[in-house]
Amino acid sequence: MTTLQVLETVQETPPPTPRRVPRRIRVLTVDDWLSLVGAVISSLAVVTIGYEHILDGSGVLGFMVCWYFTFLAIYASLVALTNPRQIVVERLVTSTLYLAATVVILALGSTVVYTFAKGWHALVHVNFYTHDMSGVSPTAPLTQGGILHALVGSVIEVGLAVAISVPLGIGTAVYMTEVGGRGSQLVRTVVEAMTALPEILAGLFVYVVLIVGFGLPKSGLAASVAMAVTMVPIIARAGEVALRVVPSGLREASAALGANHWKTVSRVVLPSARSGLATGTILAVARGIGETAIVLICSAASSFLTFNPTNVPMNSLPLYIYTAYSSHEPTAITRAFGAASVLLTMVLLLFVVIRLLVRDKGQQR
Amino acid sequence: MTTTFPEVAPTAKRTPRTLNPGLEPSDRLFHGGATMVGMFVLIMTGSIGLFLGYQSIPTLRHYGLSFFTQTSWQPELDKIGIAAVLVGTVEVALVAMVVAFPFALMMALFITDYAPRQIKSWLVSAVDLMAAVPSIIYGLWGFYLLQPHAINLARWLSQHFGWFPLFHVDTDPNAAVWQQSRYTSSAFIAGLAVSMMAIPLACAVMRAVFDQAPLGEREAAMALGGTRFGVARTVVFPFAKGGIIGGTMLALGRALGETAAVLIIVSPDFAIKARILEAGSQTTSQLIAGNFGDATKSQLSALLTAGFVLFLITLLVNSVAAVVIRRSRSGAGTEI
Repeated sequence: MTTLQVLETVQETPPPTPRRVPRRIRVLTVDDWLSLVGAVISSLAVVTIGYEHILDGSGVLGFMVCWYFTFLAIYASLVALTNPRQIVVERLVTSTLYLAATVVILALGSTVVYTFAKGWHALVHVNFYTHDMSGVSPTAPLTQGGILHALVGSVIEVGLAVAISVPLGIGTAVYMTEVGGRGSQLVRTVVEAMTALPEILAGLFVYVVLIVGFGLPKSGLAASVAMAVTMVPIIARAGEVALRVVPSGLREASAALGANHWKTVSRVVLPSARSGLATGTILAVARGIGETAIVLICSAASSFLTFNPTNVPMNSLPLYIYTAYSSHEPTAITRAFGAASVLLTMVLLLFVVIRLLVRDKGQQR
Repeated sequence: MTTTFPEVAPTAKRTPRTLNPGLEPSDRLFHGGATMVGMFVLIMTGSIGLFLGYQSIPTLRHYGLSFFTQTSWQPELDKIGIAAVLVGTVEVALVAMVVAFPFALMMALFITDYAPRQIKSWLVSAVDLMAAVPSIIYGLWGFYLLQPHAINLARWLSQHFGWFPLFHVDTDPNAAVWQQSRYTSSAFIAGLAVSMMAIPLACAVMRAVFDQAPLGEREAAMALGGTRFGVARTVVFPFAKGGIIGGTMLALGRALGETAAVLIIVSPDFAIKARILEAGSQTTSQLIAGNFGDATKSQLSALLTAGFVLFLITLLVNSVAAVVIRRSRSGAGTEI
């Protein structure tokens, strides 16, 4: 009897469960949507009436701020009708975070768009890219003169700075991570400290030592040296991070195959850290290309095209922008914005290169 | 039960084979080369610091403590001091941080916890791009686009909070035709422009730390019925306290040394003033940029001293930031 019962219970198949659909979490209900939309509309209505008539305010900015706070109040009270306090706080925080992100993105977007919009009149002329400013007065129309000298100057100065700073920066990173030794901690400390060096001080240092001390003329080379001083710590620190994340299994495998240390570093470690090293370098280049304080001090603003970085004044894009801005002539300011657009384009291009490099790295893993 | 050991014949004293055969010639070259590069960078960067310190000795000896208390910079009268520029530098940096800190914090939290997955990587790129935009472009943006709007805000602040010395402006803010030029080119507007450079720096550090907040603790807080903000408040923020402070201080260090944007926006003025909304201020970098050109040797050394003081401040801020970030609870003891 008992065994039969047991058999029966064993044979009894469990009822087929319905296919489970995972519940969607964080979904907004109709109620949530309506309270959000309702709060936006009602706060807009209240502020439209109240802002100018009752508060006696003026200006778009003030209107937006008032609208936002009225919205928060109405939204909070609407949500509080049906929800506990935690949900009310959550909704308020969410809307505030969305607003903050929007403001930051708007600020960035307006910077880019405004620069291009103001510089547009200069950018459409071909001579803006093919001429320099020699013999062109600041008030001359935009069909004369251009920024070729500043563009060439920027490229030469940054190129020299890269030529100086990349070997030193990556060499230092290799020293800190691969070779080590007693001095490496000291080097790390000093390099970290030097990232705090304000750009203008690097410029002033080079000015005092090379130009006043050794009597060299103001030149692109002096600016490159000062730029390299600010770029070496950036490259070294970024390089150290990139080298440190190379899995030590790779180094051990290389050593187990009989490679010596130099082969391991040059054939295994550096190639696997390639994208990280390149990213650090490009970041430093983007920093150096926009460096205004240094070129202001070390290389005088010239108006003619030169390929000689050693003993003639050499202009560069940031310096051109600054001097054109300082003249307060409307056409010069348009030129300044045009040059700023070109500078921004170069930074954007470098930035896209970084993203591509980083994406490559992501795909490899 | 005695145990006997077999007699071992005394052998000649063995010297253990050395396991470390030393470096190959090529490795010795490599190590030597890398050490030389490291030492060169050490000497180069170290000598800059020492040079600045050495240059400031004669200045400090000549002017003594009055270098820190004198407000004006009049080399022809032999009156040189950095009191006003230091106050101006700190004012601009503080305005920048007051604006940048909440935005950086909110942006970082938005990116890690709130943003829809599709736009998350776009936001990260945008913040990185924001850090790469040259400061002179932020200067132009601040001067031409932001200033016309910001002076309204400045006027409103001085209208309603003018009793507070920071927001006071030496003009009648309620006048029907108000003097707009009293509100332009102020430390406040420069600070707003500098905050554009401080936000991405602080945000990048905060975001990286928020991302490291232990998943197990996040899920635990969620499982207990926490809202997203509840998770942020109880798990993410306590975990990332060090990163938040460290990132903010890194950005502060950058804001203190900023030159180009301040140079474009602020009109120079040598006076210690707490009125940040009023036209005219002066920062250390601006002082150097404005005075190096026609400076004699001793004036150059005075400018270097001013720069050295600025460097010491940014160095202190950065070092504290580095220590705070390093000491923060970076993933230790969070395994579940």
